[in-house]
Amino acid sequence: MDPFRQHTGLVAPLERANVDTDAIIPKQFLKSIKRTGFGENAFDEWRYMDLGEPGMNNSKRPLNPNFVLNQSRYLGATILLTRKNFGCGSSREHAPWALQQFGFRAIIAPSYADIFFNNCFKNGLLPIVLTELEVDHLFNIVSATAGLQLSVDLDRQTVRVPSAQVYIFDVEDSRKQSLLNGWDEIGRTLRHSDKIKSYETARATREPWLFN
Amino acid sequence: MADMPKTLYDKLWDAHLVQEEADGTALIYIDRHLVHEVTSPQAFEGLEIHGRKLWRLKSILATADHNVPTTARNEGIADPVSRLQVETLDNNIVKFGVKDYFGMHDSRQGIVHVIGPEQGATLPGMTVVCGDSHTSTHGAFAALAFGIGTSEVEHVMATQCLVAKKSKSLLIRVEGKAGRGVTAKDIVLAIIGKIGTAGGTGSAIEFAGSAIRALSMEGRMTVCNMAIEAGARAGMVAADEKTIEYLKGRAFAPKGAMFEQAARYWTTLHSDVGATFDRIVDLDAAAITPQVTWGTSPEMVTSITGSVPEPAKETDPVKREAMERALQYMGLDPGTLMADIRIDKVFIGSCTNSRIEDLRAAAGIVRGRHIADNIKLAMVVAGSGLVKRQAEVEGLDKIFLAAGFEWREPGCSMCLGMNEDRLSPGERCASTSNRNFEGRQGAGGRTHLVSPEMAAAAAIAGRFADVRQIL
Repeated sequence: MDPFRQHTGLVAPLERANVDTDAIIPKQFLKSIKRTGFGENAFDEWRYMDLGEPGMNNSKRPLNPNFVLNQSRYLGATILLTRKNFGCGSSREHAPWALQQFGFRAIIAPSYADIFFNNCFKNGLLPIVLTELEVDHLFNIVSATAGLQLSVDLDRQTVRVPSAQVYIFDVEDSRKQSLLNGWDEIGRTLRHSDKIKSYETARATREPWLFN
Repeated sequence: MADMPKTLYDKLWDAHLVQEEADGTALIYIDRHLVHEVTSPQAFEGLEIHGRKLWRLKSILATADHNVPTTARNEGIADPVSRLQVETLDNNIVKFGVKDYFGMHDSRQGIVHVIGPEQGATLPGMTVVCGDSHTSTHGAFAALAFGIGTSEVEHVMATQCLVAKKSKSLLIRVEGKAGRGVTAKDIVLAIIGKIGTAGGTGSAIEFAGSAIRALSMEGRMTVCNMAIEAGARAGMVAADEKTIEYLKGRAFAPKGAMFEQAARYWTTLHSDVGATFDRIVDLDAAAITPQVTWGTSPEMVTSITGSVPEPAKETDPVKREAMERALQYMGLDPGTLMADIRIDKVFIGSCTNSRIEDLRAAAGIVRGRHIADNIKLAMVVAGSGLVKRQAEVEGLDKIFLAAGFEWREPGCSMCLGMNEDRLSPGERCASTSNRNFEGRQGAGGRTHLVSPEMAAAAAIAGRFADVRQIL
């Protein structure tokens, strides 16, 4: 996994609560057997005027001018600012893949759905939790300031608005270390192979029907 | 501390701890790994790239369900992209040596969350995972079951473990007797309506109370299935005689003396008297009516006797805007009676409501009647090959066909429309599935979530109808 340490970039505001993973990447694109190629279809139904299907030339499709990510002031955004319960619904990891391949490195919201939140950390995409009030402030600042860039520092757990306030966010230390170092989690777990094997032996004694 | 009363979740968590760090980050052991074609190809590929093997072959039960056609299956999959995904699973099964695979042409093939319990591959006391959010279904068996992403699928394949932190505990008690025509689906929709689509985020839910105990195993699966629609990765119900009775004689369940030994352990899988939960929510089953969703989130739900709500009365601006957007998408006017909403299509199926009991209940409404003239398509998609065959033995297929329904081959079908079963833009559907998100059943499609009985009643009436007046 690519590490995440610091990032400064343009912020785009997605003013919706409960954005689900079907909206982030619609089902027809889940048929791919690859990990890449999802960025052009992120938010497909909101972003384009026509119905998207795998294999289309997306550069020729009509864009929805009302969708925030199509507006010129937000082109090239790398930080997504949004509302609560972002990423609810399906467990598809294609959702963080699509956001990341679209160009996002971090998301800021008051809350996330559990599986999506977890999936982000596995891919070097940082989901930052700020309070509702802080997110409200940021929405106001972003709408008032064209080209607003935020600086995220994972090690210091800060989101900095240029020449203004700094927001502090919480992140579980194990997740933080994993992201900062870009760890291979499977490799790290396999270092405990002996423990896993002795667990299996003990469990097979307690619940032998599971190990027949 | 040994005598501290424990919740069911505590017991399941503790029994699977391989190790725990000081900050609570734990390695937990996974007993059953359910695999399907959509969320596994990148995981198998990851194993291959790193030269890793499957840690425990026998923990895996795999099937193809999301992409499979529900008609003319012998002709194969027409869409080359869908076909490649299913063939990739077929190939990975062979390459990695997985033994238990119910491929598209296997008589036992079906929706992964239907076949796990049906085969006895889901057992009480297990941890069950799948790259699919509706894995919460299996919690009906007093198992700790939850959905994971593809990176975690790969992690379980390679290590039989997951890195996790314990969730908070949420007890949802539904006491009393549900009225006639009020099903497990109505109970869980009412729960989601009450606590909201993020009400269970960060929690593992235990569903308890006399109304939950009164449910069949199929009903309990319906309730646990939708725990994720309330934001909780896991939902669970304590094991009891019904749980044990259901599992007797199933293909993957233990047999003979071993079954008796297992059953003795399974009866301990309940929350102890005096166990404490982080939060408790109470509902009165007698107050629950047949439910219909009106919006684009499962929490946007009301009674069949109710009407489409008025956004103007909502004080929270973010909520109000979401309601307005939902009503615009759904093509509904505030104040419209739910019973006045006409529908175009009916879908009875999905991992929420495609088990034999669901089909029996829907057939009971349909028997001797016919779908309304305005219904363009009404379809029944059994959850598995075995459910379909059982329904045919009971003659349910003939009841549905005589009423004008189509009788299809098993799979996820129009719950999410990864195959060709989709709504067209603007079409309105009474669906027994679990998500009414924008575009879920097809771009521009309008989904209303209901029980199988309510879907059947809507098919007959051509609009939503109170099933209690038909029973």
